[in-house]
Amino acid sequence: MAKFLLLKHYRGAPAAVNDIAMEHWTPDEVTAHIQFMRDFAERLRGTGEYVDGQALAPGGLWVRYDGEGKPPVTDGPFAETKDLIAGWMVIDVEDQARAIELAGELSAAPGAGGRPIHEWLEVRPFYGEQATATE
Amino acid sequence: MNEALLRNLIPAVTGVLVRRGAEFSAAEDAVQEALVEAVRGWPREPPRDPKGWLIAVAWRKFLDAARADASRRRREELVEAEPTPGQASSVDDELQLYFLCAHPSLTPASAVALTLRAVGGLTTRQIAEALLVPEATMAQRIARAKATLRGVRFDQPGDVRTVLRVLYLVFNEGYSGDVDLSAEAIRLARQLAAMTDHEEALGLLALMLLHHARRAARLTAAGQLVALAEQDRDLWDPALITEGVAILQAALARDRLGEFQAQAAIAALHADAPVAAETDWVQIVEWYDELVRLTGSPVAQLNRAVAVGEADGARLGLAALAELSPDLPRYAAVAAYLHERDGDRARAARLYAEAAGAAGNVPERDHLMREAARLNAELRS
Repeated sequence: MAKFLLLKHYRGAPAAVNDIAMEHWTPDEVTAHIQFMRDFAERLRGTGEYVDGQALAPGGLWVRYDGEGKPPVTDGPFAETKDLIAGWMVIDVEDQARAIELAGELSAAPGAGGRPIHEWLEVRPFYGEQATATE
Repeated sequence: MNEALLRNLIPAVTGVLVRRGAEFSAAEDAVQEALVEAVRGWPREPPRDPKGWLIAVAWRKFLDAARADASRRRREELVEAEPTPGQASSVDDELQLYFLCAHPSLTPASAVALTLRAVGGLTTRQIAEALLVPEATMAQRIARAKATLRGVRFDQPGDVRTVLRVLYLVFNEGYSGDVDLSAEAIRLARQLAAMTDHEEALGLLALMLLHHARRAARLTAAGQLVALAEQDRDLWDPALITEGVAILQAALARDRLGEFQAQAAIAALHADAPVAAETDWVQIVEWYDELVRLTGSPVAQLNRAVAVGEADGARLGLAALAELSPDLPRYAAVAAYLHERDGDRARAARLYAEAAGAAGNVPERDHLMREAARLNAELRS
């Protein structure tokens, strides 16, 4: 098995095909989208492939150490142009092909007009564990 | 075996051990071990006096542990100090344990964890699951909280209000994992109210019961948040409302108002309205005035602005809002609501979208997003 991180972006990903901000969908379309996401996670729990998932609020900032005795430097809230992550899901699957298959299904979540968003999702492999038995 | 009964006994048993001279941390460990034995042995052989049994076994566990790692001299002192077994605890011992777990030297998160474990009798795993952190993290948080309390004197009188604040935090953690923290908070508030007979303990218990009564109406089957005005009031639990109102009235009759009584009074006025349109907003504004006077809380002021909007019209609600800082959590959501009532749907839609971005949790975010979507759809048609 191999773990993958599926990353969803508020900003910074290539534009989706059905790229309309959520507040301009109908309420029923919003509800359908949320239900799709819940059902997707639930299905992966059922197949034994779900590890974790979280949504991130859009607020945030950069922080770095600024030397002994000084408070950290901060930059933000993020400017409009920043790459901004909206949430993640960690899955534990057979191989990369399965991770791509699942990300494709997730990207088909319904959006405006009930049509798939075709959103770009980032798929990142985790480093694996070192095998206990090595040749 | 009745798990609730068993857990009800825990604070009293731990309190007795500490009163007898055990360090809190060691007493708490010993009680946990006694509980494991109770769970194993009682189904076969139930004791006649469960509390006496637990005290005796926990005390023995404590002495075993003390023998194992304390100095010889310390051990002899303890054995000498051992009172006659089976001696019942006083209410004071139990109450002291509540105070200790809510001690002002603890952070709120530590006080919550320790209260759930030492007073509530939940396992570390249950607490970790309920608060969505790894079990090892929670074990460490509890261990550090106990270390912080080392050297705190057990017999100092505590402030009931610190305990109430901790129980209120527990209540608001709600439900995840296999433990219902709201129900747990109600159980503990009930015990505290019975022990102290403090008017604010009654106020908090009433507040919790009145909010708990609405639980079934608060979310749809799909997990969507339902605003108070939209809730199906037939789903509200009339028994909990009746009990909450009765407890509140008993508290208010003492004429020593506090923040929890004021909040419960507001909840009671909502509970009293058969439909949202019949809500007595004028009285609710008066209670918010009291709450603001008592606490100066900006959150209370924000909620007051909503109530003013209902009682006196959206314009006056917006005027009340204008006096508050836009940095307050939920400010945009309240502004959106009042602007819609005032007829400015385009502005309300923008504010709802902004509020969704600033929401503190996912159900709230989804709800605000749907409100924005609803208004935008109305504006298109």
